[in-house]
Amino acid sequence: MSAPTEWQANISKAFSNRSFVIGLTITVLLALMAALSFIWTPYAVGSFDILGKLKPSSSAHWLGTDHFGRDILSMIMVGSRNSIAVAFVSVVIGAGIGVPLGLWAAARSGMIDEALMRFNDLVFAFPALLSAVMITAVFGPGAINAIIAIGIFNIPVFARVARGAALSLWPREYILAARAAGKSSLLITIEHILPNMMNILVVQGTIQFSLGILAEAGLSYVGLGSQPPMPSWGRMLFEAQTMIGLAPHMALYPGLAIVITVLGLNLLGDGLRDVLDPKMRRERS
Amino acid sequence: MNLLEISKLTLRIGAFEALKGIDLSVRTGEIRALVGESGSGKSMTALSIMKLLPGGARTGGQINFGGKDLLTASEAEMCRLRGNEIGMVFQEPMTALNPVKTIGEQVAEGIRLHTGATRAIAEEQTRAILDRVGLPGAKFPLGRYPHELSGGQRQRVVIAIACALKPRLLIADEPTTALDVVLQAQILDLLQSLVDEERMGLLLISHDLAVVAGMAHSITVLRHGEVMDTGETTQILSEQTHPYTRQLAQASMHVPERTAHHLTLATPDGPLLAIRNLTRTYPGRRKGLFGRDPDFRAVDDVTFDIKPGQSTALVGRSGCGKSTLARMVLALDRPTDGQIHFAGRRIDKLTPDDLRPVRRNMQVVFQDPYGSFNPRHKAERLIAEPLYLLDRELSDGERRDRVHRALERVGIPRADKDKYPHEFSGGQRQRLAIARAIITEPKLIVADEPVSALDVSIRAQILDLFADLNDRLGIAYLFITHDLAVARAITDTVMVMSEGKIVERGKTEEILRQPLSEAGRALVRASPDLHKALARRITEQG
Repeated sequence: MSAPTEWQANISKAFSNRSFVIGLTITVLLALMAALSFIWTPYAVGSFDILGKLKPSSSAHWLGTDHFGRDILSMIMVGSRNSIAVAFVSVVIGAGIGVPLGLWAAARSGMIDEALMRFNDLVFAFPALLSAVMITAVFGPGAINAIIAIGIFNIPVFARVARGAALSLWPREYILAARAAGKSSLLITIEHILPNMMNILVVQGTIQFSLGILAEAGLSYVGLGSQPPMPSWGRMLFEAQTMIGLAPHMALYPGLAIVITVLGLNLLGDGLRDVLDPKMRRERS
Repeated sequence: MNLLEISKLTLRIGAFEALKGIDLSVRTGEIRALVGESGSGKSMTALSIMKLLPGGARTGGQINFGGKDLLTASEAEMCRLRGNEIGMVFQEPMTALNPVKTIGEQVAEGIRLHTGATRAIAEEQTRAILDRVGLPGAKFPLGRYPHELSGGQRQRVVIAIACALKPRLLIADEPTTALDVVLQAQILDLLQSLVDEERMGLLLISHDLAVVAGMAHSITVLRHGEVMDTGETTQILSEQTHPYTRQLAQASMHVPERTAHHLTLATPDGPLLAIRNLTRTYPGRRKGLFGRDPDFRAVDDVTFDIKPGQSTALVGRSGCGKSTLARMVLALDRPTDGQIHFAGRRIDKLTPDDLRPVRRNMQVVFQDPYGSFNPRHKAERLIAEPLYLLDRELSDGERRDRVHRALERVGIPRADKDKYPHEFSGGQRQRLAIARAIITEPKLIVADEPVSALDVSIRAQILDLFADLNDRLGIAYLFITHDLAVARAITDTVMVMSEGKIVERGKTEEILRQPLSEAGRALVRASPDLHKALARRITEQG
């Protein structure tokens, strides 16, 4: 069977998986919404309309307006950009540093493993929020510092997952066979270890992505994420808090945006794991 | 009346017809062997009796147990029967126990559940049954965890759980397949004596006629979900009227034809592999901040030679150090002390780069045909992996030629090179493993239990293949096994290993006929042998 047909089989397998389809739909819609916000939003997010403040949903403002009369839909659209950027970059940082560290620890074992993992524990012992507070205390609040803080928090997570998965693969007989074929640990890691833990990493990546969105919202909520006037979901929730009796929709829509995004990413991760499992790749005949 | 009477049992899982009308009976106090190869439906029959079938399974026919039809029994009724009236022993003692619970808890659990006994009484009964299965209280208190026990001891715990409530029927699904021959004999003895004492019925499932020949009263042979042959053991085995029974019996005793015995060849070049005073110790377990158990010598001062083209068996029980020795020979593990010479060159201190030409001439075949391939690569890439060891990179055409030649030699069609490992059967996978080992045309293959995970008929074919490659290509083997039938089949010389030392060595025929060491005698005694078992049974019956 040639490569393209195998891909087709994979894709048809993926699209018959319900959680993959739902998760992918939500994620794609989110991405489209973020992309659209660059060229068009219903209203400019900087335009205040004090007379039209705290209005519930209407045909003019689909999701209503906030306490400055800004359009909530526009703010959610622009805010999604922020959430995606922070979560994505922090996952890239976390995976880009954490996975090689974990693989190295597993391949070398002994002292290097021990030292790396204890250092990992050290980083892991600081909650993301606390390290973010620390970093922002030194460098000042902002989206970049939020990314760095969440990214650092992601490193030990990926390092642990990668090390754990690699450790369970190293004693496999096909790794022994590769060693008997004279391949170096680096080559074995690239050829055999990494591809066989890709599904675990992809699933962990989507989970960390959704956690990153949550963490960004949390940091913005306490005022340590992106700064005004850039809208962000977390700060929208914070601002809605005092108005919750007057205008519950102000809290409802950004809250729903966070929930749906996190749910979508988790479903996508589940679906991907099922699809990427080689045992399910082709039906046994 | 029969204790268990199965009539016309059918089972469908999806579109697959797993069982096509099985008839089977077990009387009180009878040992009924159910023999067949992988996929014959023997485990499915056992699971049907327990009603532990996977979802989507549809059954038909009748399973009558003590006057009740189990197929129509409710789940609540089955829960009362399972463990209480019907006990089950599984194949894999490593996974059949819960690792976070003590053995005492796991045995007592069933007792308390079914009898409502108090903790104290249940513990007393637990102690009694563990004593009975050979785990005395002095050495095996109830607070032991499964990981503190060896495979054979764990299987005793599993049997204790199954027999704790003195069930009327015991089902043992390949209870000894994961164990070495000496443990196998001990576990079978234990099952036999439990059956005799308690007058249980035992349904003993196995893929090897030789294993059950010694103890079963009657045998049912299954194939593709159908009963091929059934009857009283002595009669079935002595007459072998059914061709499939004959085929199984022959596979069990199979000895490949070997044209050349390379032992007699003149070898002026000296030994291919020379091991001198090889030792590997592992540091003892840490007992406290400063205390340590004494070091464990897995391989202890081992010296031997293998000549070019010579086929040597290394036999011993599990844990005797044979696999550690193999790993050191393959330079996958470093010896603590001693020397390894290959083709006149000392290799135990070489750097990975210097090892490349050595590795080219020394390849490996592992036991588990499922675990020895990266599931994400296709057969062609898997087989071609050792070509990495060649000094120059091959062109695509040359590489393909080599893969084709290797596939041809092991009898796999060329077209299968684009398949993934899971699309091959166990026997085919082992052929692929051999193809991978011979692709660089090595002088030595180290094979670590290469046939012990295979069905008897597949085993016979793979042994033929090994013998054939030895004849045609003159490859020397270091064949690691606990099974003497395998050693007898394809090796010229045998070394018996025990507790890290080689305790006996010599020509295969001589050692297997008359072993001098205690370890050798234990292996020979425990090795299942169809002829001997049958002869004994016939004399017993007069």
